[in-house]
Amino acid sequence: MTIYLPTPLRRHAGGAREIEVSGKTVRDIFIGLKDSHPALAEQLWDDSANDLKKYLSVFINDENIRNLQGPDTPVSGKDVISVIPAIAGGSI
Amino acid sequence: MLSDEQIMRYSRHILLPEVGGRGQQKLLAAKVLLIGAGGLGSPVALYLAAAGVGTLGVMDADTVDLSNLQRQVIHATPDIGKLKVESVKETINQINPDVNVIMYPEFATADNVPEILPQYDLVVDGCDNFATRYLMNDAAVIYKKPYVYGSILRFDGQASVFNPPQGPCYRCIFPEAPPPGAVPSCQEAGVLGVLPGLLGLIQATEAVKLILGVGEPLIGRLLIVDGLGMEFLHAKVKRNTKCPVCGDEPTITKLLEENYLQAVCSVGSAEE
Repeated sequence: MTIYLPTPLRRHAGGAREIEVSGKTVRDIFIGLKDSHPALAEQLWDDSANDLKKYLSVFINDENIRNLQGPDTPVSGKDVISVIPAIAGGSI
Repeated sequence: MLSDEQIMRYSRHILLPEVGGRGQQKLLAAKVLLIGAGGLGSPVALYLAAAGVGTLGVMDADTVDLSNLQRQVIHATPDIGKLKVESVKETINQINPDVNVIMYPEFATADNVPEILPQYDLVVDGCDNFATRYLMNDAAVIYKKPYVYGSILRFDGQASVFNPPQGPCYRCIFPEAPPPGAVPSCQEAGVLGVLPGLLGLIQATEAVKLILGVGEPLIGRLLIVDGLGMEFLHAKVKRNTKCPVCGDEPTITKLLEENYLQAVCSVGSAEE
């Protein structure tokens, strides 16, 4: 299945807009990223919490996984997973 | 009652069955607080003024800088060095004298927001940093004001309307701000100048809809805009019943400055 990355996150995946991944749940996929895309995984996955980082919202198609089973939400081949970070523009 | 001049000025609104004279009077009676007179704030202020929003509070301590002019279209070259709120007031006075612009040449803080926000009907987000956004989100929940959210970075933007308990607040979607280095700021990464125009107009549209009570506001939906692909993703978002500010048992019930320190920013210089 595909992970869609908005532009603020693409720099952690070599500029890619979409990456192909596999796994049975959201958790599988993001833990798998630690091998396939370690720089991206570091930004997205919180090992100590065994969960996605809290500045992200992850959607499977258009449903927020927080309203499903969180990182244990099952995924299937046609799903598009969108990883949306909090953004604030502006200056520091 | 609308004057003859107002009937002419707002004729294109009045012709709309969903607006009419009654709707225009709602706009003229409305009080909108705009946080930030920059990239997002510029189109919001311009279009809400043109629409006849009667009172527009504008909160921004910054002065106009040359690097602003690529996108902050309410300001012009002669305004460089001027307080942004003054520049906004001067421009809006020319566009529409019906609009009373109230200037707040200060940054939003836990001290001033409780004095200011209750006077308004809704708040529009033109924030350029996380701390202010979380502050305003929490304030909007505490003082029960709809919050028209918008944010931008590089080629992307997000928009929504937060009005719990009807839908989520910002913290329901993003419980915490990104750590340093995860997400850059515009100052570091840049932003396409037209992008805040696109998102700001979406916010202005939502504000007008809320005032008029028409259409389907973005409550319960997060609009994600990919400017490069011109793709719009509508994501469903729901209130988190355990949210610390809008949940069933909130722990954030008043604004405390220490909760909104600018600790979480991207790395890099803060100097121009």
